Amino acid sequence: MGYDFDWASLQRAWPYLLQGLQMTAFLVAASMAAGMGLGTLLAITRIFAPRPVAALVAGYVNLFRSIPLILTILWIYFLMPVVLRSVTGDPNLSVGPIYAALVAFVLAESAYYCEIIRAGIGSVRAGQMQAAQSLGMSPWQAMRHVILPQAFRNMTPSLINQTIALLKDTSLVYVISLNDFLGAASKVGQRDGRVVEVYILVAVVYLVLCTAGAWWITWLQRRKAAAAI
Amino acid sequence: MHYSWDWLIFFKPSVTGEGLYGLMLLRGLLWTVALSLLAWTLALGLGLIAGVSRTLPNRAARYLSTVYIHCFRNTPLLVQLFLWYFVVPELLPLEWGNALKQMNPTTNQFLTVLVGLTLYTAAKAAEQVRAGIESVPRSQKQAAMALGLGTAAAYRHVILPQALRIVIPPLTSDFLNVFKNSAVALTIGLMELTGQTRQLSEFSAHPFEAFIAATLIYMVITYGVIVLMRHIERRVRVPGLLGAA
Repeated sequence: MGYDFDWASLQRAWPYLLQGLQMTAFLVAASMAAGMGLGTLLAITRIFAPRPVAALVAGYVNLFRSIPLILTILWIYFLMPVVLRSVTGDPNLSVGPIYAALVAFVLAESAYYCEIIRAGIGSVRAGQMQAAQSLGMSPWQAMRHVILPQAFRNMTPSLINQTIALLKDTSLVYVISLNDFLGAASKVGQRDGRVVEVYILVAVVYLVLCTAGAWWITWLQRRKAAAAI
Repeated sequence: MHYSWDWLIFFKPSVTGEGLYGLMLLRGLLWTVALSLLAWTLALGLGLIAGVSRTLPNRAARYLSTVYIHCFRNTPLLVQLFLWYFVVPELLPLEWGNALKQMNPTTNQFLTVLVGLTLYTAAKAAEQVRAGIESVPRSQKQAAMALGLGTAAAYRHVILPQALRIVIPPLTSDFLNVFKNSAVALTIGLMELTGQTRQLSEFSAHPFEAFIAATLIYMVITYGVIVLMRHIERRVRVPGLLGAA
């Protein structure tokens, strides 16, 4: 092996990497919250709205699920400013990479969350809706107090799984030079000439985070299986 | 809106002198298709091996495949790609690393992405294969053993023919994922469809046409694959199983 490792270089790089990690955490948290919110609305629309509206939502979901996330990010980053400029009439308007990334993730992830939540709502028995309505609840109240709480419990593992996927996907903002964890690592690695050590560290950190998520899912499923006995 | 649409842009010569703009997209599409088909085929083979190993009685095989699947499923594809592209050549013996670096850049990029995509996808496929094998009732294996088949013969003639047909639908979505994931190739400079689209939008100053064309190409291929695979699923379904209906 012809390579001299210099692990001490990571110590100098760490403050910068930590900033990147914070950016990644922010991207994941914000896109998860907004994506799940929008995804829930989309799922409810897809199940209960009149057919043309539901078809529209289905088209939206299929569109974002069939193109690469990188393409979505580039779409938003390069073309959203052009559209916004013509809408607002302000020729100097610009959209920073953070907002572009957020918009792209919320659009794409809401499509993925929508499918999970739709399956979750579908897993609640139809009698629950009828029972809630016969108690005098409006369909909206029944949704909010009876159906969704059960649905979310059933689909928690899939939602966590999708959020782990989101964590991995946030690394794609590298293409618009946003300093997330990977972006910061690549810059600091090139600065110090220590790309090897930095990328190995990045891989290990992602592995640890995703492993923790995977264990959480296993734990939830085991608890659920135990409760069912 | 002040944008001047020009859908004929794809038939105009490129400023780089490399032929028509449309040809840029076509060249990108060829890379994307070549990458995804090759990576998927290799990943199916490797995923089959790793997935079967996870269910074997041999403890070492089970342990090795579990570690491989876990590590490759739980790191971002882009990070894996950077490891293959920037890190591995440094860690190889000096002559090998130099040979890699002196290779034709496009060949080097293609091979790197191919390795990265294949190993990433194979880890996912292996989980599908394992789930398929576990969904075959245990009694099938016991019956095979009782008839005097060894482990290899039981897998070859009894378990896999059932398991593999069950996992065709999830493997379809794996293919669609490879197809989309191949876009990461642009980060190390391989100009596949998304990369070419970005270049096209810059060179031609018609970004909307470029991006819309790329989106349509991705969608058409995705739907084509879904329709084709539905047909195949119907042909090979296991008779008597509910999901087959």
